[in-house]
Amino acid sequence: MTTRQGLADGALDVSMEAGVGVEEGKQFLRFSRLNRVLHALMIVSFISLALTGMTLKFSYTGWAAVLSRLFGGYETAGYVHRVAAVVMIGVFVAHLVDLVRRKNEEFGTWKALLTGPHTMLPTKKDLRDFLDSIKWFLGFGPRPHYGRWTYWEKFDYFAVFWGITVIGSTGMTLWFPEILTLVLPGWILNVATIIHSDEALLATGFIFTVHFFNTHLRPEKFPMDTVIFTGRMSLEEFRLDKPAEYEELVRRGTLAKHLVDPYPPVVIKGARAFGWLALAIGFSMVIWILYAMLFAYR
Amino acid sequence: MDHSPEALPRRVVVLVAACTLALAPTATVRSQENAECMLCHEDVTLVGERNGKAFSVYVNASEFATSVHADLECVACHLDLAGAELPHESPLPRAQCGTCHADEDTEHHASLHGQAIQRGDPLAPYCADCHGTHAVRRAHDRRSPVYPLNVAATCGRCHREGSPVQRQRRIHQTNILENYSESIHGEGLLKRGLVVSATCASCHTAHSILPHTDSRSSIARQNIAATCTQCHAEIEAVHEKVIQGELWEREEHVLPACVDCHQPHKLRRVFYTQGASDAQCLHCHERSDIVAASDRRSLTVSIEALSHSSHAKTTCSQCHTGVNPSHRRPCDTLTERVDCASCHAEAGQQYRESIHGKLLSRQDPNAPSCKECHGTHEVLPKSEPSSPSFPTNIPALCARCHREGNSAAVRYLGDERDVVEHYVESIHGKGLLKSGLTVTATCTDCHTAHRVLRTTEPTSSVNRENIPSTCGHCHHGIREQFAKSIHATASPETGHRPPVCSDCHSAHTITRADQDGFKLDIMQKCGRCHEKIAETYFDTYHGKVSQLGYTKTAKCYDCHGAHDILPVTNPLSHLHRDNVVQTCQKCHPGANRQFAGYLTHATHHDPEKYPWLFYTFWGMTALLVVTFVAGGLHTLLWIPRALRLRRARKEELEAERRKAAMPVSEAEEGSGTAEEKI
Repeated sequence: MTTRQGLADGALDVSMEAGVGVEEGKQFLRFSRLNRVLHALMIVSFISLALTGMTLKFSYTGWAAVLSRLFGGYETAGYVHRVAAVVMIGVFVAHLVDLVRRKNEEFGTWKALLTGPHTMLPTKKDLRDFLDSIKWFLGFGPRPHYGRWTYWEKFDYFAVFWGITVIGSTGMTLWFPEILTLVLPGWILNVATIIHSDEALLATGFIFTVHFFNTHLRPEKFPMDTVIFTGRMSLEEFRLDKPAEYEELVRRGTLAKHLVDPYPPVVIKGARAFGWLALAIGFSMVIWILYAMLFAYR
Repeated sequence: MDHSPEALPRRVVVLVAACTLALAPTATVRSQENAECMLCHEDVTLVGERNGKAFSVYVNASEFATSVHADLECVACHLDLAGAELPHESPLPRAQCGTCHADEDTEHHASLHGQAIQRGDPLAPYCADCHGTHAVRRAHDRRSPVYPLNVAATCGRCHREGSPVQRQRRIHQTNILENYSESIHGEGLLKRGLVVSATCASCHTAHSILPHTDSRSSIARQNIAATCTQCHAEIEAVHEKVIQGELWEREEHVLPACVDCHQPHKLRRVFYTQGASDAQCLHCHERSDIVAASDRRSLTVSIEALSHSSHAKTTCSQCHTGVNPSHRRPCDTLTERVDCASCHAEAGQQYRESIHGKLLSRQDPNAPSCKECHGTHEVLPKSEPSSPSFPTNIPALCARCHREGNSAAVRYLGDERDVVEHYVESIHGKGLLKSGLTVTATCTDCHTAHRVLRTTEPTSSVNRENIPSTCGHCHHGIREQFAKSIHATASPETGHRPPVCSDCHSAHTITRADQDGFKLDIMQKCGRCHEKIAETYFDTYHGKVSQLGYTKTAKCYDCHGAHDILPVTNPLSHLHRDNVVQTCQKCHPGANRQFAGYLTHATHHDPEKYPWLFYTFWGMTALLVVTFVAGGLHTLLWIPRALRLRRARKEELEAERRKAAMPVSEAEEGSGTAEEKI
């Protein structure tokens, strides 16, 4: 650790002196390879679940029938839905396993991991950032110095925990109704249906609007932020977007440790294509859902 | 004869006031002796009155004395006057001939004449109408109306051309009396005085007169040979065997129906060979240029078509009745159109009752008569594939008028449009026309062939009330199931009329019940009456999948049954407590008692019935609203600020480019200030 830190310090000095422009080519690594893969799998499974699930929820609309046909019928759509559910649960479990691994390798104790500077748990700074953000939105203050994980990113993170629990448990109920009704009355299935589909509507709606805006559509990122696919962002962008983390790294002199070479353009192109596809499907679904809720609701 | 045919059956004697007045002041007398009766009835001026008409009740004592009943007392026939007070009550019932003539009475009762009496037909003949009243004589008495030489005249009173019976009742033969008197039997009897010659009663019997369609009738086809051979004994031994190159006796000593060659009432030597009259007709009608004087329509008869038709063995004059073979043009006496009903009596009767027949009787130009469907000389049985009434040809036959745009379809103003096109695409149409199944229902199977009636007619085969039995002709098993179902009877609570086959299956667009289109459509059909329950069904998984256009999940009939729908309280219902788990298990093999508690018609809009669903739904809705409002507001507030940030950074980038050569530290400072500015 110490030797690596020393090397990094040297690199940082160069960077600090030469400025961002001098450190041509080097980029800040924000997401690990595992997290990028998990997020990509999450996108694929989430969109699959949403598309197949919404055909049922909004079965009274024309688009749902067409979509269901595209999936090869409700049986195939149901199969896709369950496979995607297994993938998503796999992603969730993989993340938990990774947490355990990082606890063991990097932090030693759960306390260290959960109270460290990069914790996902809400902190006082998050509350302050939130209040400062509102002030900034209203023109009463400067943009807050956001850290590695902003409060809205933490909200999204825990939304997944909530969603997996609620949608996953009700989904299992509906997947294995014969087993469940051995212990619970049959009307539980009706309740589970409502919770499952409405919570899914919440997740879909939130991801495809608020999350999309927060990460991709806000003007400084528009039209797309590829950091979640490549894991890399330019140092300049990093400094502007996450000033607190940047300053922290500069202060501790460990910035260089997080600098890597950028991906070749073809990878970035691929990442963009994938991102665009996900965005396009997401926005389409928002339109379909709005149409169904506003014009065809029953 | 003394009385007109109209007056005869009305003979109910009512004593007139004159008689009553003459006797009234004296004490009432016991009526026992004929002499007592004659006290009044020998008066030639004595009249009775009925329906406002006076008629003589005079009894000719001298004629009575010569009658076969001369030795009988009046009360022997007028039984009800035995011991009655005189003057007797009116109206006087009929004389009871049956008291002595029991067999004849029974026969007469069962005959056409007796049936007419029972119907209350005012033209129906009683005993007295043929035999007379007080002057009844034996049949071999020349003065008797039933003496052979008089029979034709006696029967002819009613059965002559122009009589009320001939005009107002359905008598299929015309010119009966005329034809008979010209026939060899009539000629023998009336011109040559041969009393053994056949009279009406010889063939029709005296009392047991029945239509030829009745198998017991002496003139029923199978009995004709027996009837004729009463006189023409062993005719097969002396009859010319080969006529027109054909052996007329198909089986040895088994006679064919004599009337096939020898028309009833018209037996003439000239008809002895069948071809004779036809040859006479064909002499002109074989020519291809023969046309009617009135409308120039062709009158050519194709002997080729005729010889292959059902009527190959029927002579021209059997249908074209009224020809006179003694004329140079036998047809110049023709006055009437061909009446197929003279042989096809039942079909004719049905046709007359049908909408087609009624239109014809109104002389509607669009009305189809027999020949429109069956053709004329080329008529073929419906078993013949080239016949227009062969099953596979029927749709096209009816379509001539009932296809959209054609005469009948133009007049029809109901909802069943494009019936022909729809039928062809229906399961029946496909079965008939694509699969060539001649047992498939055609137009006539539902609408009948001859008794076609509007649906509004209560006796129509396609009237709502009759549809289950009409469909049940073929779908018997289904009808049995349906008859036991809740839909077979009207709801006692709501009084809603129950559905019939066509409400779910339609009339002309019937599809296979195992095809997706029908399976999906049927839910709408159930929903037409079961509106609420159908709506809530579509809120559940089953309904949603169905709505997407898939048929593998449970639809109405998968749980409730199709034709055997019963209330859940009925132990035979698929949804009865004892059966419901099994019903679920049809699709969900692992289903258990609690599984069956799934609410298949649940709705989250009913807090009374489904509080759990209602509050879950609104809880979730609240969660969604709160989350979206919070997230949305956060984002909306963010946008203007973020736009300004973007603009500031752009400007900063410009500035940086300008300062490209400047030291890094200064550029960095600049950017810092840009951030601060926002």
